[in-house]
Amino acid sequence: MNLQGDKLFAALLALAALASALAVVYARHEGRKLFIELQALQQVRDDMDVEWGQLQLEQSTWATHSRIDPIAREKLEMSVPAPDAIQIIKQP
Amino acid sequence: MTTTAPFTLHPARRIVVFALLALAGLTLVWRAVDLHVVHKEFLRDQGEARYLRVVALPAHRGIITDRNGEPLAVSTPVESVWANPRELATAQADWPRLSALLDLDSTGLAAYLAERLEREFVYIKRRIDPDLAARVMALNVPGVALMREYRRYYPDGEIMAHVVGITNVDDIGQEAIELAYDDWLRGVPGAKRVIKDRLGRIVEDVESLSIPRPGRELRLSLDRRIQYLAYRELKTALLQHKARSGSVVVMEAGTGEVLAMVNLPAYNPNRSNGSRSDKRNRAVTDLFEPGSTIKPFTVAAALESGLYQPDTMIDTAPGLLRVGNKSVRDIHDYGRIDVATVIQKSSNIGATKMALAISREQLWRIFSGVGFGAATGSSFPGEADGVLTYHTHWREVERATLAFGYGVSTTALQLASAYAVIANGGQLHPASFLPVKNPPHGNTVMQSDTAAALRSMLERVTNEGGTGTQARVTGYRVGGKTGTVHKVGARGYDKNRYVALFAGFAPAHHPRLVTVVVINEPGGEQYYGGQVAAPVFSRVMAGALRLLNIAPDAPVAPTQQLAHNVLGTDLHQTSIINLPSDTYTGDAE
Repeated sequence: MNLQGDKLFAALLALAALASALAVVYARHEGRKLFIELQALQQVRDDMDVEWGQLQLEQSTWATHSRIDPIAREKLEMSVPAPDAIQIIKQP
Repeated sequence: MTTTAPFTLHPARRIVVFALLALAGLTLVWRAVDLHVVHKEFLRDQGEARYLRVVALPAHRGIITDRNGEPLAVSTPVESVWANPRELATAQADWPRLSALLDLDSTGLAAYLAERLEREFVYIKRRIDPDLAARVMALNVPGVALMREYRRYYPDGEIMAHVVGITNVDDIGQEAIELAYDDWLRGVPGAKRVIKDRLGRIVEDVESLSIPRPGRELRLSLDRRIQYLAYRELKTALLQHKARSGSVVVMEAGTGEVLAMVNLPAYNPNRSNGSRSDKRNRAVTDLFEPGSTIKPFTVAAALESGLYQPDTMIDTAPGLLRVGNKSVRDIHDYGRIDVATVIQKSSNIGATKMALAISREQLWRIFSGVGFGAATGSSFPGEADGVLTYHTHWREVERATLAFGYGVSTTALQLASAYAVIANGGQLHPASFLPVKNPPHGNTVMQSDTAAALRSMLERVTNEGGTGTQARVTGYRVGGKTGTVHKVGARGYDKNRYVALFAGFAPAHHPRLVTVVVINEPGGEQYYGGQVAAPVFSRVMAGALRLLNIAPDAPVAPTQQLAHNVLGTDLHQTSIINLPSDTYTGDAE
């Protein structure tokens, strides 16, 4: 081995070490960025879940029978047909 | 010689210097070992504690739905306002604004904080809605922060309150289904360890400590529509008859599923008030003597003994019978009547004679077989067992009173379960608040012939001349039994405090539904089961049969020609499948 070759090899290794160090920094940074994005998306998902629950609750509250029954009877003047006004049809 | 080498003159000096240097070096080495080996764990933990944080991952409680998937209880996040009292104490000027916004008494708040000054966490107000929470944060009071919690809402309010139950401030089940299925419904919060930056943002997930498990959904056997119907009719009846309380239970005859269970008075589960007695689910916790509603089971025992047939004649004259030192009375003298008429007219003497003619064991076998004296297996919290003493303890008087329903006590749910045995041919199914997909083969506690004979006798109760004519449902054949029971007061049975009962099923030829109506202490002119409870039964049953699309078994011929007007076609000549599909949705042209 000549001295020249050794020096070149050492320089190459030093460069490779530097490049790898920079790559680690980059990957780490990228990882954190992606993680923060993931967190944000999970937050969005949770918020949507919450909203879905609230909408379900709201729908259920509007649809409660103690509210619909008086509206149908008094406001819309609906009534259950009397038995003698119902024609029962048997499917042949 | 005056000049000498100093080194040779003072060798001790050199030794001292070297020794000091060596000691310093050794101290450093020892300190390094101390830090890196002996205290390594402690120091690392302390370091991590400065940037690692454990974050809770909340999990919500499962939703409760009715049998059709309609939500009955939903957990939704709300904000709780909390504070660090020490920080908040520095901002006394902000307290009035804070207490005004949160509707708190400001002197009360000051006292509350003064007491807890050495703590780092106190709740200021729990579970407020998100809009208000945002306004609280806008005040920017130091030391005040929000915490997310879950709160349970019940869209149907008091209609479902007794069956669904409630949770406490920490969302743990306290009553009814919420309590019975707490483990199933409860969400288990998780936790993860994270690295936070200086601004409190999470920069890295280090490890997941426990995965959050949200609560599971629970589907009940209840039908929200029938429940409302039962609630409405019971409420109307209680007001009309000035009664103290009441219950209605609607049960699917073939499976034991509870379709509706209503009690009044009730409470609103969305507010945390309501007295202890209003919170009780009377239909499963309150015992009453079944009175005449037990007579079908006395007759069942008589029929199964082989000594009686439905047309066996019994002499009930003169309307008074002495048993031991007690007398059994009928309202009228019915004379010689057959077994079916004993049921139809509700004759106490007829029932007593049958009970005394058969063996104690036969009567006990039927009574305990259909479920009197034992919980229904619904596993509802606080369910009462009822009382039925063992037959070896019966004296003659007790055999007589048992025959017409005194000396035995039951719940409304138990009575419904017992009538379901008659309705489905002698099979007893445990009562269930959850849907039953493949009904297991029930316990045979009565021969199917006996059950069939009872069904036709009970149908006569609602026919002309029976005690339950007001229980009739147009279009259907209905069977059932009335009951009017004296309540037990301080000194024996009270003369004028009653429980009005009706228990029955429909359609009579192939029963699908069993309904029990209990009206406690009607205060008006009317107090008989046939006057007070039977009309409620009729209206609830009519609505439930229609809602469940159960075909009428005694259809009424239509008298109105509505078909022409509404649909624009003559339904008498057109079969339903040939109708264009938009006929139903669109208006007739």
